[in-house]
Amino acid sequence: MSKPSSSAIITAIILLALAIIPVTASLTGQGFYLDLATRLVCLAIAAVSLNLILGIGGMASFGHAVFIGIGAYAVGIASYHATYGDFDLVATYSGLFQITLAVVLSALFALITGAISLRTKGVHFIMITMAFGQMMYYFFVSLDTYGGDDGLTIDVRSQFPLISFDNPLQLYLVSYVVLLISIFTVWKLANSRFGMVLKGAKANEDRMRAIGYNTYIYRLVAYVIAGAMCGLSGALLGNFTTFISPAMIDWTRSGELMFMVILGGAGTIIGPVIGAVIFVVVEHFLPIIMNLIKPGSGLYWHLPFGIILILAVLFARGGLMGLMSRGGDDE
Amino acid sequence: MSNPVLVTSRLSKHFGGVTATDDVSITVNKFETHAVIGPNGAGKTTLVSQISGSLKPDGGKVFFNGRDITSMSVNRRALAGLARSFQITSLVMSMTVLDNVALAVQARSGHSFKFWKPARNIASIRQPAMQILETVGLAERADHKVSSLSHGERRQVEIAVALATDPDLLLLDEPMAGMGATESAAMVKLLKNLGKEKSILLVEHDMDAVFALADRISVLVYGRIIATGTPDEIRKDEAVLHAYLGEN
Repeated sequence: MSKPSSSAIITAIILLALAIIPVTASLTGQGFYLDLATRLVCLAIAAVSLNLILGIGGMASFGHAVFIGIGAYAVGIASYHATYGDFDLVATYSGLFQITLAVVLSALFALITGAISLRTKGVHFIMITMAFGQMMYYFFVSLDTYGGDDGLTIDVRSQFPLISFDNPLQLYLVSYVVLLISIFTVWKLANSRFGMVLKGAKANEDRMRAIGYNTYIYRLVAYVIAGAMCGLSGALLGNFTTFISPAMIDWTRSGELMFMVILGGAGTIIGPVIGAVIFVVVEHFLPIIMNLIKPGSGLYWHLPFGIILILAVLFARGGLMGLMSRGGDDE
Repeated sequence: MSNPVLVTSRLSKHFGGVTATDDVSITVNKFETHAVIGPNGAGKTTLVSQISGSLKPDGGKVFFNGRDITSMSVNRRALAGLARSFQITSLVMSMTVLDNVALAVQARSGHSFKFWKPARNIASIRQPAMQILETVGLAERADHKVSSLSHGERRQVEIAVALATDPDLLLLDEPMAGMGATESAAMVKLLKNLGKEKSILLVEHDMDAVFALADRISVLVYGRIIATGTPDEIRKDEAVLHAYLGEN
């Protein structure tokens, strides 16, 4: 405890960089980088929430992006009806209401689908979470009122007293603070008695049951917490893009979230954030670099990206955090 | 002394055409060490699994402290005071010895929907866990990861974890499995001490250990109990000598 661990130093560096670089970029007129960072931070919150179940609890959900969609649609639908009438129950621009709605609906969806999915294990769990995700994908596609396949433009962002999401810097700072709170929450959870049970059940479920734990119910609670947290990230992302569509929750999006968690280091506290940074940065700059080398080749950036992922899984077991801080898990 | 902690009544289990346990009725009295011996494939682990709840019997009942627990889940049985150790060491390898034992102490101190305080700072869990490690002689290994321990030490942690749930009955599935002579001797000494204040159902291959520890022995052959008695009675039992000991 006297000397900060290497993972604590890395965490501090990453979080400081995320505080300083985008704000500096914004103040010097480089608004584009602030946008990139806002998207990054929203995805990082989602990745941090997935890490709670995937990294700490060992539940490989392949449908986590569904909660981003639920959160974003909660904002979009409330705002849509506030503008165009009908559906008075949710029609409001109030950010507090919209975000509460996003979180509550996500938690509810997690409770129902988690209660079913967590009856299964391994590959079956992966498939059933993916199936629930795709189910919601087609549900949103079928909602013609909200644009169906084409998606829905959010004309008016969530409104709050004192802060304005129309100001990109303020939206970024709020997202950043939510990220900090998410990281802190997952860190506290991971080291709490609840977290010890989750980690125990991940490593050896039979043993945990044999000493008296109903592992199912602990996993379900973790699943609901992660779903709610991810719904919050969706509400922020919807406010950032002001455009929501079923494509947000396609299974490939869930795969990207898994990628971030695994690349950064599943089960570590800051790993998912590092994964999100790398994902967003590579996704943005790789096509540009490839186009410089051979014009037009940037279109195929997924190929080298896939190779990076394969290399990361093969050679960086425990993700990048695992490489950087050997031995120290989650302190 | 004739206050049964565990009673199994005519337990049976079939896997396809194979009968793993057939009409097994045994009792474990308070503070008794009751050993179950039998050749490989006799159904010993199947019996343990049916008592601990991870296998549902095809027929028969299990009574624990007078309650019918036949349809109770594994975890509820554990909370009711039935602790098992595994034949193949089953621990959280990535955690420390103390963490493993602390998890078991935590299990019996109410629910674990406690999300905030760091689990490793809670004295009411760490201290009893440490005491149990002292009982089994592993105190100085407390902060080592289980994965770094020797086989014999891991077997001791198995016992410590089972003990930490503060059970009324210890269900020990081959605690000496794979141990060397010195390790075995230490384990026998430990179990001998535990036997004074715990009821134990001991399933074991090691004959020396069984005869040193057991108050009563049941012999399981092809899923059936062919004899139950004191170690002296079992030594002299014709059927046992023929079916089991004679083969060694």
